[in-house]
Amino acid sequence: MTNAYDVAHFLAGMMLVCSFTLLYQDRILAVLNTFAVQAIMLSLAVAWQGYVRNAPDLFITAAMAFGLKGIIIPVALNRMVEKLGIKRGVDQVVNVGVAMFLGLGLTSLALLLVLKVTPGAASFTREGLALALAIILLGLLQMILRRNAVTQIVGFMSIENGLILAATGARGMPLVVEVSVAFSVLIALFVFAVFLFRIRERFDSVDVESLDKVRAARAHR
Amino acid sequence: MNEAVYAVFGIPFLSALLLALIPSYRLTALGNVLASGLTFAAGLSFLTLPPVTETYVILDDLNKFFIILNTLVGFTTSLFSRSYIGHEIATGHLTPLFVRFYHAMFQGMMGAMNLALLANNIGLMWVGLEFATLMTVIMVGIYRTPAALEAAWKYFILGIVGISLAFFGTILVYLAGQGVLGEGEAAMTWSELIKIAPQLDAPLLNIAFIFLLVGYGTKVGLAPLHAWLPDAHAEGPTPISAVLSGLLLNVALFALLRFKMLIAANPNALAPGPILITMGLVSLIFAAFMLYQRQDIKRLFAYSSIEHMGLITFAFGLGGPLLNFAALLHMVMHSLTKSAIFFAVGHVTQAKGTQELSAIRGLSVSNPVLAFALAAGVIAISGLPPFGAFMSEFLIITATFAREPLLALAVAFGLLIALGALLMRLQDILFGEPTTPNHPVSAASAPIFVHLSLILIAGMFLPPAIVVWFRRAAEMLG
Repeated sequence: MTNAYDVAHFLAGMMLVCSFTLLYQDRILAVLNTFAVQAIMLSLAVAWQGYVRNAPDLFITAAMAFGLKGIIIPVALNRMVEKLGIKRGVDQVVNVGVAMFLGLGLTSLALLLVLKVTPGAASFTREGLALALAIILLGLLQMILRRNAVTQIVGFMSIENGLILAATGARGMPLVVEVSVAFSVLIALFVFAVFLFRIRERFDSVDVESLDKVRAARAHR
Repeated sequence: MNEAVYAVFGIPFLSALLLALIPSYRLTALGNVLASGLTFAAGLSFLTLPPVTETYVILDDLNKFFIILNTLVGFTTSLFSRSYIGHEIATGHLTPLFVRFYHAMFQGMMGAMNLALLANNIGLMWVGLEFATLMTVIMVGIYRTPAALEAAWKYFILGIVGISLAFFGTILVYLAGQGVLGEGEAAMTWSELIKIAPQLDAPLLNIAFIFLLVGYGTKVGLAPLHAWLPDAHAEGPTPISAVLSGLLLNVALFALLRFKMLIAANPNALAPGPILITMGLVSLIFAAFMLYQRQDIKRLFAYSSIEHMGLITFAFGLGGPLLNFAALLHMVMHSLTKSAIFFAVGHVTQAKGTQELSAIRGLSVSNPVLAFALAAGVIAISGLPPFGAFMSEFLIITATFAREPLLALAVAFGLLIALGALLMRLQDILFGEPTTPNHPVSAASAPIFVHLSLILIAGMFLPPAIVVWFRRAAEMLG
C-alpha cells in the first residue's frame, strides 16, 4: 500500500507544482500548456485512484479530465488566442517573488488547516484533500493576480482541477455529481468564450484593465 | 403523484431545449409564458402532495413553499418579460439576434433553481445553483455595453469563486458523512445526513460550514461579499433583476439554511447563529446607508435587496420558532414585493429612456398607473402597513426585542434609515415637473398588481392553513 500512496502523492504534488508555475508563467501559450499538463496529471491521479481502489467509475472521470481539460479545452483556448490576436506577453501585477511567497503561504495554510481538522479520516484522503485545497487557493490567487481574461479563466479551470481532485480523494463520491460538475465546467467555458468575444469586440483587448476603467467611471453611482 | 416533483424541473429543462430551436422571438416569448405557467401548475399541485423522500429529490414543508414561490414568480416574470423584451426590440435596444437564446436560458435558469430547491443530494443542489448562476451571467451581459460586460464579468468571477468554495465545503460535509454512513450516495444525501447529524465529526463540519457560508453567502449577497449584486441588477435586463432579487438570492439562502440545520443539529459543532447574525446585521445597516447615495434606480433597489437579505439572514441566525417563522414570511414578502417593484421599474425606465434617478421625475403626472404601482411597492418594501412586509418586519423586531433588546434596536435603526432613503427617493420620482422624453409603453400591469394584491392580502389576513404550514417549516429550522 505504501507504493500506492507514493504514486498518488507524487501526482497530486505535480499538480501543485503546475499551480505554482501558472502563478509566474508570463506567456499565454506557456500558461495554456502548463494547464494542460496539470489536467493530464489530474486524469492520471484519478485513474490511479480508480486502479488502487478498484473503482471503475473513476476511469470515466479520468477519461473526461484527460479529453476535456487535457486536450480539447487547451486546444480551443489556443485557437481562440490566435484568432483574437491577443498579445503574447502577460503582464503581472506583483512580481514573481511576491507571488511565490503568497503561494507558499497559502499552501502551508491549506496543509495546516486540513491536517488539523481531519485526524479521523483515512490517511490518503487527508493529504489529498490538503493538496487539493492548496491547488484551489493557488487558483484563486492566480485569478486575483492576473489582469488578462484568458489567464483568469485558466485560474478558474485550475480551481476546478483542484475540486475534482478533492472529490475523487473523498472515496465513493457518486459519479452523477462528477459528471454534472464536468458538464457545468463545459458550460462555464462556453460562457467565458461568449464574453471573451464580447469584451474583445467592445474594448479591442482582453485585458481586464479596460473593464476597470468602466468600473472607476461609475464608482459613485 | 410524484411525477409533479420531477415536472417542476423537467418542464423548464425540456422547454429550454425546445425554445433554443425556435428562431422567432414572438414564438419563444409565448412558449416561455406557457412553460412557466405549466411549471407553476406543477408547483401548485405540491399543496396536495405528502412529503417525498427519494435518492435525488426531497419534498418537505420547507422547500415546498420555496418552490411554489419560485414557480409563481417565474410565471409572472415570464409575462412581464414578454412585454419588456418586446418593447426593447421595438425600440432597437436589443436586436432579435441578441435575444435568440434568452428564453431558453430563462427556462434553464428556472429549472436549475427548482432542481437546487428539490435536490436531496448536496452535490446536485450545488450543480443546480451553479447552473442557474451561469445562465444569469450570460443574461446580465445581454446588452453588450461596456458597463454590462464589466458587470457580467465581475459577477462571473465572484460567482465562480463563491461557488468553488461552496463545492469544497460540500466535499467536506460528504467526508464528515462518510465517517458515519460509509462510502457512497448516502453520505451526500441530505435526508440521511440530518438523521445522523449529532454523530458527524464536529471539526470537519465547522470548516465545511465556513466554506459554505463564504461560498453560498456570496450568492446571497451578504455584506462583505456583495460587490457583484448592484452591478448585475443595474446592467442586466429588468426581468433578470427581478428573478435575481426575488428568487436566486432566496435559493442561495435556502442552500445555506439546509447546511445550517445540519450544523445546528450537532452539539459539538460551532454555533452558526452568531456568524449569521453578524453578517446579516452588517449587510442590513451597510445597505441602508448605501441607499442614500444611489443615482441609478435599479442600483437603488439592488441595495434594498441586500438590506432585506441581511434582515432575513439575521432573523434565521437568531433562530427559534417565532423568528424563523417571521424570516420565512419576510422572504415571501420580499420576493413578491421586490419583483413587483422591478416590474414597475422596468416599464418606468422604458418610459423615461433612462435609469438615472435625477432624470425620472413627475411620474404621477406622466404615467399614473406605473406611479401608483411603484408607490405601493416602495411603501410595501419599506415595511409600512398595510402590506405584508410590515407584519413580518414587525414580528422580527418584536421577537428580537423579547430576546436581545440591543440587537432589536440595531435592526430597527437600520430599517428606519432605509425607510427614510426610500421614501425620499419615492417622493422625487413621483412628484415635480415631469421629465421628458416620455416614450409610450404598453406596460404589462397584471403581474405587478397580482403581486401587490397578494402582499396586501397577506398584510391584512394570513389564512390559518398557511400559518400552520409556515410554523411547521419554522420548527424544522430549529
